[in-house]
Amino acid sequence: MATEVGPTSVKAPASGGAPIHHAPKGVGEDNRIATQGRWAAWLLAPTIIALSVVIVYPIITAIVMSFQKDAGLDPVTGLFTEGGPAGFSNYVNWIFQQCPAPGGGTVECPPGTLGSQFWSATATTFFFTIVTVSLETVLGFWMAVIMARAFKGRSLVRAAVLVPWAIPTAVTAKLWLFIFAFEGIGNKLFNTTVLWTGSEWPARWAVIIADVWKTTPFMALLILAGLQMIPAEVYEAAKVDGASAWQRFRMITLPLVKPALMVAILFRTLDALRMFDLPYILTGGANNTTTLSILVINQIRQGFNAAAALSTITFIIIFIVAFIFVRFLGANVVEQQTGAGKGKK
Amino acid sequence: MKTRNILLPAATAGILALTLSACGGGGGGSTSGGGGGDAASQGLDGRGPITYVQGKDNSNVVRPLIEKWNAAHPNEKVTFKEQTDQADQQHDDLVQHFQAKDAGYDVASVDVVWTAEFAAKGWLQPLKDKMALDTSEMLKPTVTAASYKGTLYAAPESSDGGILYYRKDLVPTPPKTWDEMMSMCSIAKSKNIGCYSGQFKKYEGLTVNASEAINSAGGAVLDADGKPNLLTAEAKAGMANLTKAYADGSIPKEAITFQEEESRQAFQDGKLLFLRNWPYVYNLATTEGSSKVKDVLGMTALPGKTGPGASSLGGHSAGISVYSKNKATALDFLKFLTSEENQKFFATQGSLAPVLGKLYDDKELVAKLPYLPVLKTSIENAVPRPVSPFYPAVTKAIQENAYSAIKGEKTVDAALSDMQKSIESASAGQ
Repeated sequence: MATEVGPTSVKAPASGGAPIHHAPKGVGEDNRIATQGRWAAWLLAPTIIALSVVIVYPIITAIVMSFQKDAGLDPVTGLFTEGGPAGFSNYVNWIFQQCPAPGGGTVECPPGTLGSQFWSATATTFFFTIVTVSLETVLGFWMAVIMARAFKGRSLVRAAVLVPWAIPTAVTAKLWLFIFAFEGIGNKLFNTTVLWTGSEWPARWAVIIADVWKTTPFMALLILAGLQMIPAEVYEAAKVDGASAWQRFRMITLPLVKPALMVAILFRTLDALRMFDLPYILTGGANNTTTLSILVINQIRQGFNAAAALSTITFIIIFIVAFIFVRFLGANVVEQQTGAGKGKK
Repeated sequence: MKTRNILLPAATAGILALTLSACGGGGGGSTSGGGGGDAASQGLDGRGPITYVQGKDNSNVVRPLIEKWNAAHPNEKVTFKEQTDQADQQHDDLVQHFQAKDAGYDVASVDVVWTAEFAAKGWLQPLKDKMALDTSEMLKPTVTAASYKGTLYAAPESSDGGILYYRKDLVPTPPKTWDEMMSMCSIAKSKNIGCYSGQFKKYEGLTVNASEAINSAGGAVLDADGKPNLLTAEAKAGMANLTKAYADGSIPKEAITFQEEESRQAFQDGKLLFLRNWPYVYNLATTEGSSKVKDVLGMTALPGKTGPGASSLGGHSAGISVYSKNKATALDFLKFLTSEENQKFFATQGSLAPVLGKLYDDKELVAKLPYLPVLKTSIENAVPRPVSPFYPAVTKAIQENAYSAIKGEKTVDAALSDMQKSIESASAGQ
């Protein structure tokens, strides 16, 4: 929904500016522009209102909550009492890993509290993101190049590739949980006795393998959409000029597919930074597979306000990553939107 | 072009915002902070239609009971609101409705570990004075588990306790103590199978198993005031039993990936000599075609230090919401649910362990559910999982540290001291 606002509002000034070229048309033209502007405002209003209800309001509520203390226990009645304003203490607690001490004040969070897991969860989240997105990009590119060729049964391959993407993540996670069980097919097939979900590196690889299996098709289809926008004539011309296959790939395919590729990587990165279901179901967050989202959910059960602070921190982290992509790496979400849309069909 | 550069991140932010709103939405109402005082004195005489909220009714027990009630009480009909079969989701659903002071959730089925939290939030009607409920026939631990600070907050509805399953063909006399059981591991070794397993994956089941180990050795996770009490010789001995057994292979190494089902599967495949699990295993292990232990399945109480061990208690209680308008009807419905006749129905239809002590000696029931005598011992010796309004933090602290200790990444002393500190910190509030 949010992306739809982009092009409409971006185009408004552009078309508004255009009539200046054939300038001296007089007052009637000015009126027309004004009416158009008002029209646009009316047409946009429902979207803006809907967005503020479903996005702006919850965000503001969450941010307000993050500055409130969680309810504490009244030692006399044994009942919970309202926490009151917290200032930045919720944020400080997460970032500096300070937990409340029994006699008041704070101590460094002991292992076993959620507070002690903030930085390790952040590291885990980035580790998963970097590894899975890299693998998915390489594999997705390879799949896209194959699917872009004309061969018998191409549409069948394209449909088949979509299957893992179409399965809900929770179901995928359950499937892989059975595969990675000690008595599961994973160990049987390779005749090994690896505790896939019970030791640190295997657990991480289990999550990575399952995630790559599930989301590579998404990458492949986005990249495929980009590949198909490259006109065949460019390749023919290059061939006539005697360019080798590698040269054609490096000098034509890569630069021309780059916009689509960057958008695909951006989407996947943002998605991976929020990774929740796969590690939650596969390992329950054990063996260093707790991501930030898992930490947020665990914290919600222990106190909403600290959880609101944590999800605000997560939001800022993801926002910074997205900003870096858009600003410095040239991922252009809006321009490529049509291409991405085609790819999904 | 300039505008576009500004708008792009804004649009991106929009998508991301959905993540945040999904997380923040849960707490929209902010905590109601023990405001039950007023609500708890209202609607005590109210009669009329009520709603009963419970997780998925897998074996179709609740619907027939409600039909029976409705036929007898045409003016005080009960509507059944069925939740999902996921405990976490049931918990979060109840929290949301209670927080919104929803009068539509009159009676709710509450897991034993949520009782303290809900009571401390002021959401459950104390069952005293006018609302008192007779619990004299019920098994003591089930009543304790439904109480907070000495007041009953819910009616014990169904119970559950751990059972030690063993191989009758390999074990001549079942072990009574943990040490006896460990000494029988040589049998398992000679048959080349694992000796003992419970549930040691890092999840709620690990809390159950670790607390059982600590309680069975005479220790306790929390003392009577709800303060952590883990720096004792008994607690250390209990945890050490688990870590030692895992280190020397008596507990097979794959057990740290086991939940209930994986451990049942391993036992049914003949790969374990002893298994700690819930009563549901009995039916499956004796009837499933693939089961290799069909005719050699033995059952006994969990092993303790000198006699039966202390099982963790499972099960549900039915609580009345303080926001209900028809509490008189609700209380009658609780009495209906805990009546002898209906408890028997729970047992026969749903294999749910009754809360009334005398049903465990009922001949007809025992013929149908042969594990009842063992289960009675188990529940009579059971200790509720740590009763604390901060249970979610307590269980995380236990899981995290018990897991590290069992895997040998931490000494037992360090694990217990970290558990102690984490629970202290959680209950210190903010």
